[in-house]
Amino acid sequence: MEKEANYQRWQASRRRLLKLMGAAGAAAIAVPLVPRLLTKEAGASSGEPATEEPATPRRLRRWAMVIDLRRCDGCQGIGKPPQCTAACVQGRFVPEPMEWIEAYEHDLPGGGTQFLPTICMQCQNPPCVNVCPVGATWSTPEGIVLINQERCIGCRLCMAACPYERRFFTWGEPPVPVESHFVQYSPEHQIPMKRGVVYKCDFCPEMLRAGRLPYCAQACPGKAIYYADLEEDVATNGEEVVQLSRLLTENAAYRYKEGLGTRPRVYYIPGYGEEVGRDPYTKGRLATEWPWQEKTKGAKQWKRSGR
Amino acid sequence: MEAIRPLNHSQRLLETLTLAPLRSTSKAFYLLVAVLLGIIAWGVYAYSLQLRDGLILTGMRDRISWGLYIAMYVFFVGASMAGTFVSAILRITKAGWRTPVTRAAEMVTVAALPIAFLFILFNSRQSPQWTIYKLTVFSRWESPIAWDMYALTTYLTASLIYLYVALIPDLAYARDHIGAQATASRRWFLKTFAIGWQNGALQRRYLQLAETVMMILVLPIAVAMHTVTAWLFAMTLREPWDNPMFGIYFVGGAIFSGVGIIVILIALLRKVYRLESFITRKHFLYLGYLLAALAGVMFYFNVSDFVTHAYKLRGDMSRYLEEQFTGPMAPLYWAYFWGGLVAPIAIVLLPFTRNIAGIVVASVLVNVAMFIERYLIVVGGLGLPLNPYEVATYSPTWVEWSLLAAGVAVFMLIVVVILKLVPALAITEMMEENRLGSNHDSLLPPLGERPGQSLEGRRGAR
Repeated sequence: MEKEANYQRWQASRRRLLKLMGAAGAAAIAVPLVPRLLTKEAGASSGEPATEEPATPRRLRRWAMVIDLRRCDGCQGIGKPPQCTAACVQGRFVPEPMEWIEAYEHDLPGGGTQFLPTICMQCQNPPCVNVCPVGATWSTPEGIVLINQERCIGCRLCMAACPYERRFFTWGEPPVPVESHFVQYSPEHQIPMKRGVVYKCDFCPEMLRAGRLPYCAQACPGKAIYYADLEEDVATNGEEVVQLSRLLTENAAYRYKEGLGTRPRVYYIPGYGEEVGRDPYTKGRLATEWPWQEKTKGAKQWKRSGR
Repeated sequence: MEAIRPLNHSQRLLETLTLAPLRSTSKAFYLLVAVLLGIIAWGVYAYSLQLRDGLILTGMRDRISWGLYIAMYVFFVGASMAGTFVSAILRITKAGWRTPVTRAAEMVTVAALPIAFLFILFNSRQSPQWTIYKLTVFSRWESPIAWDMYALTTYLTASLIYLYVALIPDLAYARDHIGAQATASRRWFLKTFAIGWQNGALQRRYLQLAETVMMILVLPIAVAMHTVTAWLFAMTLREPWDNPMFGIYFVGGAIFSGVGIIVILIALLRKVYRLESFITRKHFLYLGYLLAALAGVMFYFNVSDFVTHAYKLRGDMSRYLEEQFTGPMAPLYWAYFWGGLVAPIAIVLLPFTRNIAGIVVASVLVNVAMFIERYLIVVGGLGLPLNPYEVATYSPTWVEWSLLAAGVAVFMLIVVVILKLVPALAITEMMEENRLGSNHDSLLPPLGERPGQSLEGRRGAR
């Protein structure tokens, strides 16, 4: 008898425990969602700076870039370091050794080389955005991937995730020019720079919106860099305005590492600088310089690989 | 009933030995704590420099942007894995020899997980409280780091409960038998944390229920913990990491290195607390067999990983494999392969090395090798260039080595402090086994010769 009662008591307590565990499990799933629901209701979307909704829906730009490799000789012809990088460094106060746009020299079959200016691809399936633990990097409706350095914790998982190596970390105290201090920080221009966070090309959205070409496209001596808007199907390198879809199709454009499925917004037209008179067997380019940094004091500089 | 029964010789010995460190504290203990605190102080100094100047003080740079810290994170998660996991597996399979081992195993988990989290904080430049705040408030469940944080906190909570539940009867035993020479604060500690355990029938039933629930719960949590750690790497597009097998690979490696840590810890316990009669050659042999079996599993994972990659040589894999097998990474890789996978199997299988010293050596080898393996995964994976440039190099700086040493020191300090607070062996469980054993007046009967050592057997005898 007593045994039976004991057993029933045990059964009952077990049932109660299981019920409790079930409730705890449900709560554990539900609780993390609560702040999210609250913020959603409050209308603040995570990560993005609050932008005012225009009264009439305006046309949404969908920015893209086309780089015509037939016109890129790594600036061998003018005997200077790549001017896209130089202008970006100078215009955006990019510290050494970052090169937000970097002309890599790829081998071609047959022994020659081509230059491939590599920039943040503004992927539409961005691996870096997917892995960020705090929502410090996100895709804008215009298709640009931005970083909020005030949110970033510097874990560098996005750098591990980026298959193009287009993300850079401020390992030391980055040099900050005097001009930077007059600017209110925004993810769209990323200055003044902070230490211990991640930076990358942001497509200069403020310049685009003002109707100007970003520094890299302005500075290219061969006019190889087109900025484009998928919405209006138009592309320009500052010299001519062309139909984007035609430009891409007629020149068999491709995207870098397309097989990865990242869906970049940067297109390349194959070539090795032939239109600007480059011999593909002339190898090498001059190293990038960071002349603006001479004006700053107290910066702790770092090099590419350790020590 | 139990209190009336006089203790036999081995039970008296067990009580004396396990309660000794609770009754009095030797000079050696203070010396050890002082040395550990010294190392930690050095680490604090190095960390303060890193906070002041940034990660420029480390060897990491843009191309190899993770290094020792992340390798150590994976290492300590691995160490934590085996503790509770091995203990739970042994409990579930009712392995009778487990009793002296489980406490040590559970302590490893509880001590290792906070250290793993510490290395995540070291890896970030920002102040730790700011990092924790952002990780909590802005947590995005889509990110592998968030998964890691959820898994880590869940696993730590479960492991603490698991350790504590098994501790309650022992704390009560210590409370009742510690004697008058113990300090008031220690008596207060034992009394408070024994939460009124009187070894009543209902109490025992609830305790057993809690133990059963916890040992089943911690298994999936432990597996999840290490799987999401692997996914930190496997969720990226880097070729050496882009591997669906990474989850089980890491789980296997974690149990492997964790068993090694348990062996080292019980060997130290045995020496320091003179527990030779309770932690016997048999325990080392059984853990050694487990170690050898897991070495075989890891060997198989390695072969299966490399053969599937090497057969096709897709993308840059030929370059990666070359670097691992003949290039700059080769000395490390072959040290891992021969020293950490082949040597332990040989040591356990050869009759003249199959002894306590041999198995401890094998365990040390395994842990060094598994550290190397994690280093190779992190640095080797990031070292494979994704654009055409001179291959980047990485060598850790003194700051990174100092923080590594400090992390290990904190881990040891936590273990030492836990050992000072609670009995090192599961006294009550071992006493009960001894009472049920056939051989009453000798040391605990040899393993495998005891009737009624399973849970059912014990319940029946009661």
